[in-house]
Amino acid sequence: MAEQTVIESVRNTMQAEMRRDDSVIFLGEDIGARGGVFLASDGFVEEFGASRVIDTPLAESSICGVALGAAVNGMRPIAEIQFADFVWPAINQIIGEASKVRYGTYGVKNAPMTIRVPYGGGVRGGLYHSQSVEVLFAHTPGLSVVAPATPYDMKGLLASAIRSDDPVIVLEHKRTYRLVKGEVPSEEYTIPIGKAEIKRPGTDMTVVTYGLMLHYALQAAELAADSGIDVEVLDLRTLRPIDADSITESVSRTGKVLIVQEDTPAVSISSEVSAIIGERCFFDLDGPITRLAPPEIPPMPFSPIQEAAFMPSSDTIFQAITKLAEL
Amino acid sequence: MAFEVQLPHVGESVTEAVIGKWLKSPGDVIEKYDPLVEVITDKVVMDVPSPITGTLIEILASEGETVLMGAVIAEMEPQENEINSEISDMHTPAESRIGTLVEGANVGPTGGEFLDTSLKPFEPTSQNVAETALNSEKHQKGFSPVVSRLATQHGVDLNTLTGTGLGGRVTKKDVLAAVEVSPSDELPTLSSEDRIVEPTAIRKMISDHMVKSMSEIPHAWSAVEVDVTGMVDWRTKNRLLFEEQYGVGLTYLPITLYVVAAALKSNEIINSTWSDDKIVIKGAINIGVAVAASEGLIVPVIHQANDLSIVDVARALDSVIKRARDGSTTLDDVQGGTFTLNNTGALGSVWGGAIINHPQAAILTTEAIVKRPVVVSEKGEDTVRVHSMMNICLSFDHRIIDGAEASKFLQAVKLGLESIDGSSKFE
Amino acid sequence: MDERVWLLNRQGKAAIAASAQGHEAAQVACVEATDPSKDHYLTYYRQFTAMIALNTEPEEMLRGFLAKADDPMSAARQFPLHGAHPRVDLFNFSNVIATQLPQAAGVALADKLRGFDAVTVVFFGDGASSQGDTHEAMNFAGIHKLPVVFFCENNRYAISVPLDKQMGIESIATRAAGYGFPGVQVDGTDIVAVYEATYAAVKRARAGQGPTLIEASVERLLPHTTDDDHTRYRSAEDIAQIPERDPIRIVSAMLRRRNLLTKSQDEAIHISAKERVNVATEIVDAEPYPGVETMFDHTDVDPRGRN
Repeated sequence: MAEQTVIESVRNTMQAEMRRDDSVIFLGEDIGARGGVFLASDGFVEEFGASRVIDTPLAESSICGVALGAAVNGMRPIAEIQFADFVWPAINQIIGEASKVRYGTYGVKNAPMTIRVPYGGGVRGGLYHSQSVEVLFAHTPGLSVVAPATPYDMKGLLASAIRSDDPVIVLEHKRTYRLVKGEVPSEEYTIPIGKAEIKRPGTDMTVVTYGLMLHYALQAAELAADSGIDVEVLDLRTLRPIDADSITESVSRTGKVLIVQEDTPAVSISSEVSAIIGERCFFDLDGPITRLAPPEIPPMPFSPIQEAAFMPSSDTIFQAITKLAEL
Repeated sequence: MAFEVQLPHVGESVTEAVIGKWLKSPGDVIEKYDPLVEVITDKVVMDVPSPITGTLIEILASEGETVLMGAVIAEMEPQENEINSEISDMHTPAESRIGTLVEGANVGPTGGEFLDTSLKPFEPTSQNVAETALNSEKHQKGFSPVVSRLATQHGVDLNTLTGTGLGGRVTKKDVLAAVEVSPSDELPTLSSEDRIVEPTAIRKMISDHMVKSMSEIPHAWSAVEVDVTGMVDWRTKNRLLFEEQYGVGLTYLPITLYVVAAALKSNEIINSTWSDDKIVIKGAINIGVAVAASEGLIVPVIHQANDLSIVDVARALDSVIKRARDGSTTLDDVQGGTFTLNNTGALGSVWGGAIINHPQAAILTTEAIVKRPVVVSEKGEDTVRVHSMMNICLSFDHRIIDGAEASKFLQAVKLGLESIDGSSKFE
Repeated sequence: MDERVWLLNRQGKAAIAASAQGHEAAQVACVEATDPSKDHYLTYYRQFTAMIALNTEPEEMLRGFLAKADDPMSAARQFPLHGAHPRVDLFNFSNVIATQLPQAAGVALADKLRGFDAVTVVFFGDGASSQGDTHEAMNFAGIHKLPVVFFCENNRYAISVPLDKQMGIESIATRAAGYGFPGVQVDGTDIVAVYEATYAAVKRARAGQGPTLIEASVERLLPHTTDDDHTRYRSAEDIAQIPERDPIRIVSAMLRRRNLLTKSQDEAIHISAKERVNVATEIVDAEPYPGVETMFDHTDVDPRGRN
């Protein structure tokens, strides 16, 4: 079975879906002739033609608005926002419009569109190439939001997103693009949207996480094992709808939870996970719900020492695990 | 905003005090630390100083009244700049600053005026209102963090509490109520002359067992005097022969146990237990005998006591007590008891109010046999004789047993013992 | 119909209404030049007449205004006239201004990719022409020569903001040059002129020659919506000249001048229209509101709540 990086999985999956279904089209900045700034669509315009692989003007709102129009008229568009930091002009078309198409037309129309958004830091991206943007989308009824962090999950969830008949935001952590390599079966498969996955089983505590942090958490869990602490790592994979059942099952079993995220903590995914645990696991908790997240400053400084201090690392996660275990 | 003056906690085991003399009157302007009121505890008479500078508004505890420590005894109006230092930061705004709803005011969807004639109130029913997660069994049987913390802090045994929360859950209020029932929530202070003794595991168990019994079972007591002159006579006459013939000593214990077993048979309500809001009459009569073993009190049990002859009883007692004394008591020895007998008389006690061996319904002590002058009737005439008298004292569970039943049982034991004389024969 | 919903608002039955009075000729003419059996119509909140011209039923429209359960466009989840019509490809996803323009470009893109013979007509007002989305949509449509008719109904007021505070130019149509396609300004009360302009634009689009921007100058006879009071910002003289630009009067006068309509025919049309509206009102007024149980239709939300 071939090993692929995350970006290779993105490319191969989009290619497979575009081969499988003629109505899938791809639009975004630089995705045609250039093959995408991350090479996510390298070779696509040659294979599928300029009518299905469209280099758009530098105008994020209409990238998503045009995709939405095409989606309600029989196509299955994938729109790429080149960097999450530039998604803000498109919020109107995504949250204001696309998320409400099915509900607001009582099912007469629906919008089978996918919006791919490279996000996240640790790439010396400064304030405008490092942002995490999941919160607004994860809050919005009518949207689904996935954040696959492994090549295997990327294929399954990106395929599900493209095949979904409603809008899906696919958050791709750009640091994982080339950093994470793993097995991807060549046969067709999808992963259901809305299902978390235990990436590492354990008994002493649950670490709930997603995105790049998954990999640092797994490293920290290995360090913890050497200290005799048995850590379970739960990868959320989907941020909306959050898999409350899996979270409940794991945390009620282990009794302690550390939520690790790269996004700043106030009003974030970790807030929602905390509330779910508080509601459902109250009598199973052996310690307070604990979060590890960056400080409340705009993510994230460009210079190296500050960037490293901003991001959670396997060391800081390990420290947090140890403290929680000692309690 | 009024400041509440509380009766401060004084002394370690004191929980209340009597208001003596008020030293200030309503309207008086008082400085912080000025003597406010004289209070009397059973240890000391003292002046309570004013906690703030301000004006006394109202006296809420009158002279001569007994007040719990912590209760509010007066209201004061703090001086202006006292507010920040004495009152917490949290103050609520005046209602006028919150505002009220204007009747009939209307706002249309985009800012105009629109008087909606289609509005209907939403009627929440069980069908259209979201469920909560608060229904699971875990929530009913679990102890919440605050319940655990308060219980530890105040020494409350959560297993003894009946919960008033959903499904019988023990709530914070339940714990606090239990704390109020038991007096001071302050631990006694240690002085340098005090010595701490760490309780052994057995001591801890006994301690828990006693607390459980006293807090769950409403104890009541009854006692009678028994004229055991005859029993004493019989034993004196038969002791040596008995020991020779049967190989075990003949103390009063097998005799009393034998009589008690018979009395329990004819007073089965005494041989019962309160369980799950029901009275369970125990079929077997298994009498436990309190024994001082090396590690503490244990209660080996004579099973099916009413089926045993005095000899059997004597033998059974001999062996369990031997085992108790040398620490080789088995689990069988101590299980299954339905009634307990405690010979406190052996140590000279003449009256006892023993604690019932939970979950039994009663416990009987046999007190010291003392020669006393008693009035007896001889040939129709009252005269004074010297007789051996022994008190027997019953502690009983008043949920199950009333005074009448207790007395009836005691009379049966008394009669059984008093009918023994020097010439009695036993099986 | 337009007058009736205004009345229903004053009765407290219709929470909000935006009138198309003043825009009728422009909307009817535009629709007539298209083919509802295959074309697409992206409307905004003032397209009441266009929607009637597209053969929706008065009852259907009234259900939206009265927020009744059988509103076909959104089951009364949205403001009236919003949602999507099940029979005609007519839709308006939101109350947000100008978001429909990039969507229209997308709709047209999908047709062009598949070689479908269909035109996308997108309606918008003078205020919408200031939004970034308008610029982005026209830019995109111009690049790809998409079959779009950008139909702007300029009534000189965006709620209360007059044209000279909305733009530095005199005519919105001139902007088309900036995107590489023709822009045409017409008198929106001249039903024939609007028809001819739209016909030409539709022909261009079907021939693959790309978009056209049509600016129809109209008068807004009533305030912005039932929540507005335009005496607060329109001068007395301005308001006084409004009836002169009432297209119903203008069109009926034109038809009578050409002997295509007699006075009694004119009256009969008014009477029968009123009767039709009365019947529709009575039917819909008696219908029920959507119950709580349908609030979760077309979602996968558990009505009993997640907790």
